[in-house]
Amino acid sequence: MAEMLSGADMLVRALQDEGVDYLFGYPGGAALHIYDAIFKQQKVEHILVRHEQAATHMADGYARATGRPGVVLVTSGPGATNAITGIATAHMDSTPIIVISGQVQRHQIGTDAFQETDMVGISRPVVKHSFLVQEAAEIPEVVRKAFYIASSGRPGPVVIDIPKDTTDPNETFPYEYPREVELRSYNPTTRGHGGQIRKAVKLLLGAKRPVIYTGGGVVQGDAAAHLTELARLLDFPVTNTLMGLGGFPGTDRQFLGMLGMHGTFEANMAMHHADTIFAVGARFDDRVTNDPAKFCPDARIIHLDVDPASISKIIAADVPIVGPADSVLAEMLRVVRRELDRDPAAVDRHTLGAWWDCIGGWRERHGLDHDQRHRGDTPLLPQQVVQAVYRATNGDAYVTSDVGQHQMFAAQYYKFDEPRRWINSGGLGTMGFGLPAAMGVQFAFPRAPVVCITGEGSFMMNMQELSTCMQYALPIKIVNLNNQALGMVKQWQDMQYGGRHSHSTYRDALPDFVALAESFGHVGLRVESLAELEAAIPKMFSARYADRLVFLDAWIDPDEHVYPMAVKGGAMSEMVLERDGARVDGAAAPVK
Amino acid sequence: MTARRIIAVLLENEAGALSRIIGLFAQRNYNIESLTVAPTEDPTLSRLTLTTAGDDRTMEQITKQLNKLIEGVKVVDLTDGDHLERELMMVKVRAEGLRRAEVKRTADIFRGQIIDVATDAYTVQLTGPSDKLDAFLRAVGSQAVIEVARSGVAGIGRGDKVLSLG
Ligand SMILES: Cc1ncc(C[n+]2csc(CCOP(=O)(O)OP(=O)(O)O)c2C)c(N)n1
Ligand SMILES: [Mg+2]
Repeated sequence: MAEMLSGADMLVRALQDEGVDYLFGYPGGAALHIYDAIFKQQKVEHILVRHEQAATHMADGYARATGRPGVVLVTSGPGATNAITGIATAHMDSTPIIVISGQVQRHQIGTDAFQETDMVGISRPVVKHSFLVQEAAEIPEVVRKAFYIASSGRPGPVVIDIPKDTTDPNETFPYEYPREVELRSYNPTTRGHGGQIRKAVKLLLGAKRPVIYTGGGVVQGDAAAHLTELARLLDFPVTNTLMGLGGFPGTDRQFLGMLGMHGTFEANMAMHHADTIFAVGARFDDRVTNDPAKFCPDARIIHLDVDPASISKIIAADVPIVGPADSVLAEMLRVVRRELDRDPAAVDRHTLGAWWDCIGGWRERHGLDHDQRHRGDTPLLPQQVVQAVYRATNGDAYVTSDVGQHQMFAAQYYKFDEPRRWINSGGLGTMGFGLPAAMGVQFAFPRAPVVCITGEGSFMMNMQELSTCMQYALPIKIVNLNNQALGMVKQWQDMQYGGRHSHSTYRDALPDFVALAESFGHVGLRVESLAELEAAIPKMFSARYADRLVFLDAWIDPDEHVYPMAVKGGAMSEMVLERDGARVDGAAAPVK
Repeated sequence: MTARRIIAVLLENEAGALSRIIGLFAQRNYNIESLTVAPTEDPTLSRLTLTTAGDDRTMEQITKQLNKLIEGVKVVDLTDGDHLERELMMVKVRAEGLRRAEVKRTADIFRGQIIDVATDAYTVQLTGPSDKLDAFLRAVGSQAVIEVARSGVAGIGRGDKVLSLG
C-alpha cells in the first residue's frame, strides 16, 4: 500500500525522487508547512540565501554548470516577486530551473490576502510553463511534469505555485511518484529531418566561404563534442556567441573568437563575407546581427535549433533543421564522413585555403591584445586582470560574470576550451547574477575552481550573499574589476552623449571592499598596478586560500572602453577597433 | 503583405490556458481582432478561434509561438486553405416611423431576424462572415445603429479537413 503523506511531505519526497540535492530558498508564512517537511529529512539540502533573487541565480548557475534543473523555494507575495528577475534571466538564456512558490490558501485567492500575489500571472511572460496546484493529491504529478518540461526541448524555467492549505500536515494522501508523464500537447522534437540534414550537408560541402556560428544551444544541448568534430573534419572557421563560448575550444586554430557587438574583427568580418553560415543553437540576437537588413548579404543560411520558433524569426533560413543539436550533428557527421569516403575532394581544401588566408588578414588587423601594447605598470587594465586569472587557473575554471564592461573583457580574454564553464546572463543582462551563480556552481562542484569576474556596480546588487558564502564556507574567488563607475553606461555616454556622465559614477561613495569581505570572514585583497596584480593573483589561487572565499578588488583604469565595438545600426562589417578610432567598414573586402 | 488571418487552436481546457494565449499576443505585439473560445465535444479541450492580421513572417511566428505553449494541443491557420467562417451579431437599430419598414427590409435582404422590438428600435440578429455583418451596418447607416454585440469569428475547415487530436 502506498505511503500516506501530506502535501508538503509529498512535495519534498517528489524532489528527492527527482534526485534533487540542493534547494535554494528563503522561508515565509505560505511556505512554512513545506519548510517543516524539509526539516524532517536529510536528502535534499536546503541552502538559506539572503535574497530570493539570489536563490534563482544560484539555481540557474547550478543548472548551467551541471545540465540538471536547479530548484528554488520561496514564499508568497514578496518572496515570489523577488524571484521574478531570476526567472526572467533563466528564461532568456533557456536554462532549466524550477521555482516553487508558496501561495495563500485556496479560499483566500483573489481576496488581496496578506502576502498574496498572482504568481502565475506575474511570471507568465517569463516562464516556459507554470502550475497553480489545485489539489494536494496532484503535487507529485505536477512536480514530475515541471521537471520534464523544464529540462526537455528548449529548456526553461517552470513555476509551481502551491497554496498553503494543499500542504497542510494534517491531511494525507497516498504517495506515488509517477515514473513517466504524458503531455499530449507537448512533444519536443527528438530527431532532425533526414532530408533537411542531407540538404544542409550538400550546402556545407559546396561552400567557398563558410562560417559555423554557434550559441547557447550547443552548450545547453551537450553538443560541443560533435560540433568540434564536425568543424575539424570540414576545417571550417567557428565563432561563438556570448552564450556559446566553450561550445568550441577557445584556443583552437579554427576559432575566430566571439562575434557580435564586442566580437572580434575577424569573426564579424568572416560572417559578413561568408557565402554559407551554419547557425547551431543560436538565435540571431540583435547583439549579434546588428541591423538585420544589412546582415551577411551573400550568405545562405542553415539554421539548426531545437525550438522551431527560433528559426527564421529574425533572419530567414534557407535550410531550417528542427531538432536537438547533438543528435542532428551526429547524423551530419555520418553523412559528411560518407561523402568524404566516397570522394576525399568533397571538401575543396584549396578554396577553403584562400578563405583562411583572408581570415588570417583580418586576424592580423586586430588581435584582442591591441590596446595593451603601449601601457605600463599603471593604470591597471581590466584585460590584464582577466589574462592573469586565465593563466593562474590554467584556463580551466568555472567563470561566472555580471553585466557590463567586465563581462565583455571576461568573454574576450578568458579562453574557454570546455562547455558549461562560462556562465553569464547574456539574454536579459542581469546585473547581480555573477556572485549567486558562482555559488550555485560551487555547490554543484565543491572542489572545482570557481571565479566570479564582476564589476563593483553589479557586485553591489547581490553582495548580501557574502553572508551565505560564509554560512556554507564557499571558496569562490571574486575578481572585482573596479572602475568606480557603471562602466558600460559611461562608455556609451562617452561615445554617444558627448561624454556627459549622467548618473553613471559614484567615485566617492564606494565601500572599502577589502574590509567588507573581511567583515564576512572572507579574505580581501586590493591591487592598483600590474606589479601588485602579479603578486596578488598567485596568492589568491594558492593552496593557502583553497578553502577561503577571496575577494580581489582590482582598481583598474576608469577610462578604459571595450573594443572592438560594432557601429550602431550598421552591418557586421562595420566596427570601431580602438579608442577614438575611425569606423572601419570592411564591406569591400579582399575576398576573391 | 498584411492579410487577415483566422487561426484555430485546440487547447487544454485548464485554468490559465486562455490567459497564456492572450498574454502571448500582448507580449509579442501581435494584434487580435476577435477571439472566441468555448469547450468542445471533448470536455478536456477548448477550441479558440482568433482573427489577426500580419504578413507571412509574422503569421509563421504567431503559429510557432502558439504551438510552443505547453497547453496548445493543435494550431492551424484556417486561411491557409478552404474554410468557413461565421460570426453572430445582435444589433439594436433605430426604427421609428417610416424607418421601421426600411430596417425590416434591410434585415430581410441580409437574412437577419428581428429578435426584439421596442417602440422606436429593432434588435436584429445576423450571422455570416464578418464582412457581411459589416455590410449590414453600412446599409442601415451609423446614425441608426444604437448598440452592437458581436460574437467574434468561429471558423472551420471545408470538406474532410479536421482539426482534432489525431
Ligand atoms: C539590473 C540591471 N540594471 C541596469 C542594467 C544596465 N547596465 C548595464 S551595464 C551597467 C553598468 C554595470 O556596472 P559594473 O557592474 O560596475 O560593470 P562595468 O561596466 O563598470 O564593468 C548597467 C547599469 C543592467 N544590465 N542590469
Ligand atoms: Mg564598474
